[in-house]
Amino acid sequence: MIDLRDVHKAFGTNQVLRGIDLTIPTGESMVIIGGSGTGKSVLLKCILGLVHPDRGTITLDGEDVATAARDAFLARFGMLFQGGALFDSLPVWQNVAFRLLRGARKLPKDQAREVAIEKLRRVGLKPEVADLFPAELSGGMQKRVGLARAIAAEPEVIFFDEPTTGLDPIMSGVINELIREIVVEMGATAMTITHDMTSVRAIADKVAMIHGGRVRWTGPIAEMDTTPDPYVQQFIHGRAEGPIESVR
Amino acid sequence: MIVTAPLAALGRFVLGALALAGRIALFAAEALSHLLRPPFYTREFLHACLQIGWLSLPVVGLTAVFTGGALALQIYSGGARFSAESVVPSIVAIGMTRELGPVLGGLMVAARVASSIAAEIGTMKVTEQIDALVTLSTNPMKYLTVPRVLAATLTVPLLVGVGDVIGIMGGWIVGVSRLDFNSATYIKNTWDFLEFWDVGSGLVKGAAFGFIVAVMGCYHGMQSGRGAQGVGRATKSAVVGASILILGANYLLTEAFFSA
Repeated sequence: MIDLRDVHKAFGTNQVLRGIDLTIPTGESMVIIGGSGTGKSVLLKCILGLVHPDRGTITLDGEDVATAARDAFLARFGMLFQGGALFDSLPVWQNVAFRLLRGARKLPKDQAREVAIEKLRRVGLKPEVADLFPAELSGGMQKRVGLARAIAAEPEVIFFDEPTTGLDPIMSGVINELIREIVVEMGATAMTITHDMTSVRAIADKVAMIHGGRVRWTGPIAEMDTTPDPYVQQFIHGRAEGPIESVR
Repeated sequence: MIVTAPLAALGRFVLGALALAGRIALFAAEALSHLLRPPFYTREFLHACLQIGWLSLPVVGLTAVFTGGALALQIYSGGARFSAESVVPSIVAIGMTRELGPVLGGLMVAARVASSIAAEIGTMKVTEQIDALVTLSTNPMKYLTVPRVLAATLTVPLLVGVGDVIGIMGGWIVGVSRLDFNSATYIKNTWDFLEFWDVGSGLVKGAAFGFIVAVMGCYHGMQSGRGAQGVGRATKSAVVGASILILGANYLLTEAFFSA
């Protein structure tokens, strides 16, 4: 279980997070929605320790992420980055098997390659892709490779940062389905950040909306459409008029 | 207000420069502290040796051969004013090994390598590859910085050594073909007047310049701002910073060797 209590973060005078309280139970898929610049990615980076909160506590299964042994802590996570964040200098299979080729859980090269090819197959890519470089792949293929890398070491928690950004609707649908299948199959705890309401409906067990640096609303996906919260209603229906200020 | 404004601006500039120097010094110290602590990324180190050392050879070699040739002409022209044309071989050799080989080699490596490292790491930063490394339990300092710093510190002296030989050869070609020196005499004079420390001091400078180039490239890459403009600024800062530090370090090292 991931538990965030009163998490604050500012960059200079820009107060991004103003007291986030959120709980993500083990094995649940939580989707975070909210406008651009509301601190969704910062929140995710705070959990991973890439950004240090100014105040508040974040725990994973009761262990404070600020004091946890870094390598062991990060080994429990997998992450799909918005742009894929694949390493340009490495072929696809080495990207996927990156964690398996280094560190405490290092595997022999042949075995790591086999695991990488298996994970590529799981996300719908053929073994021939393994020896290509990321620059030779389409955007959709890069997302799939990123997804394969995120699940390669069988993590307990998987983060997805804007998994469908920049993809066409069909490829978005494929990625959403893959994420849902993989999360269910692995029994992993998932946290997804997205603006794409189709993704929200496909991936989420629960939804949390961030606005003004705080969690504005949280609840099961089934309740999202019926909640009377005007912020949630404006956001999910993409209305220009409403309590969320929009710049014209 | 009118009187104090320039002073305040000067103060801000000095404080900013000192803060930057402090941050770079801490970054370099952290890189050094990781040199002896595992894990070691041998593949990345060998790749960096190839990129920094081997692939810089043509540019350093070309710089050296033209510099050696021009130096021979200049010394001949200056020496002729007091009938000292015969010093061309020895002064070319001493000038190349002690000063021009390491400095010009260092500056060419700064232009080629510091820019490339800063652009590569800067792009990795803006495309979240550095964050991805961290989430994959890999310390970017160990994986990206240490192999490059070690490779540059070890290979730039070798480049300087090769550059010295090529530069002296450039002087010999001009001396023999243009200034009518006897080939055997030119080589004998070069060899007779050259001392071990002439070459050794240049190699020490090369190691220092290699370290500077890699540290500046990695530091500015890691500090790169967002987007193409951020990466461009990081690249420019790396080359300018490395070049200035090389020239400053060259003076300090020469002063130290001169006093010894």
